[in-house]
Amino acid sequence: MPLHFAAKRPGGVRLSAVQDTLTAWGLLAPALLVLAAFTLYPAAQTLVQSLYSSPVANGAGHFVGLEHFRRMLADPVFRRVMINSGLYALGSIPLSIALALAMALLVNQRLPGRGLARMAFFTPTVLPLVAAANIWLYFYTPGYGLLDRLLHAFGFSGVNWLGNPHTALWAVTAVAVWKQAGFFMIFYLAALQQIPPTLYEAAAIEGAGSRQMLWHVTLPMLGPTTLFVLVNAVIGAFSLVDSLFVLTEGGPGNSSNLILYYIYQNAFRFWNTGYAAALTVVLVALLASASLLQFLVVGRRTHYR
Amino acid sequence: MVNRRLVAFATWLLALLWLAPLLFALWAAFHPFADATHLNPLAPLTLDNFRAAWQAAPFGRYFVNTVLMVSMTLAAQLVICSLAAYAFARYRFLGRSLLFSLVLVQLLVMPNVLLVENYRTMAQLGLVNHLVAIGLPYFASAFGIFLLRQTFMTVPKELEEAARIEGAGPLAVLWRVYLPLARPVLVAYGLVSVSYHWNDFLWPLIVTDSPGSRVLTVGLQVFSTADQGINWSIISAAALMTAAPLLIAFLIFQRQFVQSFMRAGIR
Repeated sequence: MPLHFAAKRPGGVRLSAVQDTLTAWGLLAPALLVLAAFTLYPAAQTLVQSLYSSPVANGAGHFVGLEHFRRMLADPVFRRVMINSGLYALGSIPLSIALALAMALLVNQRLPGRGLARMAFFTPTVLPLVAAANIWLYFYTPGYGLLDRLLHAFGFSGVNWLGNPHTALWAVTAVAVWKQAGFFMIFYLAALQQIPPTLYEAAAIEGAGSRQMLWHVTLPMLGPTTLFVLVNAVIGAFSLVDSLFVLTEGGPGNSSNLILYYIYQNAFRFWNTGYAAALTVVLVALLASASLLQFLVVGRRTHYR
Repeated sequence: MVNRRLVAFATWLLALLWLAPLLFALWAAFHPFADATHLNPLAPLTLDNFRAAWQAAPFGRYFVNTVLMVSMTLAAQLVICSLAAYAFARYRFLGRSLLFSLVLVQLLVMPNVLLVENYRTMAQLGLVNHLVAIGLPYFASAFGIFLLRQTFMTVPKELEEAARIEGAGPLAVLWRVYLPLARPVLVAYGLVSVSYHWNDFLWPLIVTDSPGSRVLTVGLQVFSTADQGINWSIISAAALMTAAPLLIAFLIFQRQFVQSFMRAGIR
């Protein structure tokens, strides 16, 4: 209440409250306008459009109720995409988090070249995912790609990583892990540096070895960070699909297709915007439940000082 | 002692593994294509791949577009988010918690997920293929509002009251008291915003489809899927060019980058 010294006059209290409300709404007006136009309105409109057929060239769509959602249940590609998204999340998230933790523990110690190692881990974070995927595309190329040449050197036959339905999704997952592990590492590093040294001193007095300290002091103290990183990782897994445009375009045979990419295909390749809206409703529900988890379990202020 | 050496060795190995994709891209980009796949250390270095990429697609235009888009977005975000954050941090008013939870919604549903409807809006506004359209949905960044509100709340109220007694209005107080004190946070937010929008791909891809309005990420994708044959040297050179400004800035200002990203936990 910036004006509370002015509000001390009897009778001035109400006036200043009205004034404060007017000023605050004025300050918020530009933000609310943008928020309403590009988040709230499209969110509501997506919900509405998911109940309408896709508009055709000469006219708007008509009301179809839950038809899109019914179609979704019978759509084998949707089932494939949901399973893929789940596998992608289950593959990339635990691996990224485990690697991030390992990286943080390693570079939190005194060792020569520590700064360089930190830099190496964090660098992929600042690269555009599209550029990173183009670099990895080179790795995966059958025949003369780096991975194949490595396999040949050890006497194995080559694998068409991106062209094989059994490996394509994992090839995409590997890029995601490479890209985000170093980003998650910095949160673990910050958390490690905030563990009070007295805890380790106490553990040392009790005769704990370094392995016991890791299990009974370090890891429990990193719990909140893990939950925070986890929610971020889940949101990222469902809303970042840039690499698919470069690596597989969802193929072969939808074996690496993910939900947001399927939404893009339906909206901008098949021009089936009604179905795309219904798919978006599913995606938003997924994202919302991940964020809800954060608010319920972690509390929204964990990482804000 | 052996243990410690082992840990150091493991760290270096993992670090090398992590840098490997980038190192190979550098190798390919600075060597003729014929040498790119044979790791011959004596192969001659060349800048031809960069030259070839630069001439094959309007990368100069893409650079200008990206810089314009990123700076326009950041400028708008700083203004809009500071105003909103100041209101949330220091005013009690009708509808405060309702409005705050509406801002919260944006943390759950980023504009890039609502592709179809946002594209429709841009088309109605006649903004498709305009650089403004790429940043516009992010102008009221919920993350920026949160971060600045949190910072403004730590500013002592006495400073504001002193300025008020001298007759300063809300905008003058924000400009003279709050923003100067929030400078480190503004820098952190700026770094994260610039990195995010420099690297963003899906929304710019959808809302632009002419070379004149493309940004680097979209330009790179169009370039590498077009008829480059499969000349990895040129594609690597193009990918590195796209990433170069951020990469170089990161190498110089490592500490600031890491701290900014840390502050920015929620993107």
